[in-house]
Amino acid sequence: MRHLLSTADLGHDEAVLILDTARELAQIGERSVKKLPTLRGRTVVNLFYEDSTRTRTSFELAAKRLSADVINFSAKGSSVAKGESLKDTALTLQAMGADGVVVRHGASGAAHRLAGWVDGSVVNAGDGTHEHPTQALLDAYTMRERTGRLAGLRVAIVGDVLHSRVARSNVLLLHTLGAEVTLVAPPTLVPVSVGTWPCQVSYDLDEVLPKSDVVMMLRVQAERMNEAFFPTAREYSRRYGLDRDRFALMGEDAIVMHPGPMVRGMEISAEVADSPRATVTRQVANGVSVRMAVLYLLLGGSEPAIGQR
Amino acid sequence: MCAQNGAEGDPSAGPPGTGAGELRAVLEGPEIRRALTRIAHEVLERTKGAEDVTLLGIPSRGAPLARRLAERIERVESRTVPCGALDITMYRDDLHLAPARALGRTDIPQEGIDGRVVVLVDDVLFSGRTVRAALDALNDLGRPRAVQLAVLVDRGHRELPIRADYVGKNLPTSLRETVRVQLEETDGRDAVLLGPAGGPGTPAEALRRSAGRPGPGGESTGSEEENR
Repeated sequence: MRHLLSTADLGHDEAVLILDTARELAQIGERSVKKLPTLRGRTVVNLFYEDSTRTRTSFELAAKRLSADVINFSAKGSSVAKGESLKDTALTLQAMGADGVVVRHGASGAAHRLAGWVDGSVVNAGDGTHEHPTQALLDAYTMRERTGRLAGLRVAIVGDVLHSRVARSNVLLLHTLGAEVTLVAPPTLVPVSVGTWPCQVSYDLDEVLPKSDVVMMLRVQAERMNEAFFPTAREYSRRYGLDRDRFALMGEDAIVMHPGPMVRGMEISAEVADSPRATVTRQVANGVSVRMAVLYLLLGGSEPAIGQR
Repeated sequence: MCAQNGAEGDPSAGPPGTGAGELRAVLEGPEIRRALTRIAHEVLERTKGAEDVTLLGIPSRGAPLARRLAERIERVESRTVPCGALDITMYRDDLHLAPARALGRTDIPQEGIDGRVVVLVDDVLFSGRTVRAALDALNDLGRPRAVQLAVLVDRGHRELPIRADYVGKNLPTSLRETVRVQLEETDGRDAVLLGPAGGPGTPAEALRRSAGRPGPGGESTGSEEENR
């Protein structure tokens, strides 16, 4: 069985297949009957060990639009709270006959472990600070939709790269798709392993902004920070926040992206967040189409058309 | 690869001349053009001027055929006919027999399909399952006043109670044969080719027998057989 655990598992053609499939499926959202019979009789389990509104509802909606049965399983209020391990939970779901498991977990590599325990396809919906492949796919989809291309596109990913699974997935996927990625962050929030990533690194946002077609702002993940990575929130915001003045440095057609949730006044000012060049809500809408495409390509046929074996 | 496993009985006696093992053109460009012109006139006649007709082609080769029919109707009546494409992949009944397929383009004209006479256009009518899927897809898009079916080739072997309203050519075939339609828009030439089974396009029966493994070429060489 195949899974979607990391964007590194996707080749160029597979990634483009997902984006093209998502583009066709996006039309479903505009019809009066927003439903396709494709996954009728399949069961998709949303296994969420971390809080999430956007991603979980997006996956749920995507599965339901494809007529799959959806079971939502969150750590709170389940046997997990009583001390059940991930493996036992997985085997329980397995016994219930889940065809697909969408998992979010606080530990990096949890989705990968899960993939070894269940027969169904596993979709990584975020594992610790490791990866969040469907977010990267919907970001790439949104970039392609807004700018018309991905090859040669100059993308700046700005902020808390160290704790961001979105950044890693995006760097790997965008590299596969031919875009040029520059990470911008304070030195304390850049991962040690970044030298092995296929991207540039800069510490100076003002210098990168005029040269970028896409600027993706990341949230500072205070909940994952157990030490001081920067002196004060205000200083971070002054140096790495996207405010009106910095927005003016960007090219006229450049877009601003954010995977959400946004902290207005911290990494992005309210004025920029509400600008027509900010794609935040568009990203959410595209998320449903992209997740429909992933679920269809993994579960729709006799064997998955994408992902790692 | 997907050879038909000893179906020697040959239930429906294929036409002569197919023993050579290669493709034979049964319709060429001019015949295809004449057939489409005739169908366009038949549509006009049957729908009394095609005033509320919407043409929907089923990708991949139904879509250019629908556009050609629309052009012909426009030439005769000097009025535009809404024309679009309807991909039926997500409604197929054999999705679980093969890896998930790439989707074709769906493009429903602005007017929608409510209350219109929808003429579905496809290249080959075979089992009828594609048309069944298309009817399901239409059901989710709206409520046409009537649905009609136009095909370039009807090769027989229906597995469902479905028939075409407009047929370019009736082509009696054996289940062991393949019918391929090539169009200028997709393949660089107009032709209907008849050949023995086993090419990239393989009949549904052979597909099923070989446990749902499609030929490696998919539908790349101008094959239509997914429209089984």
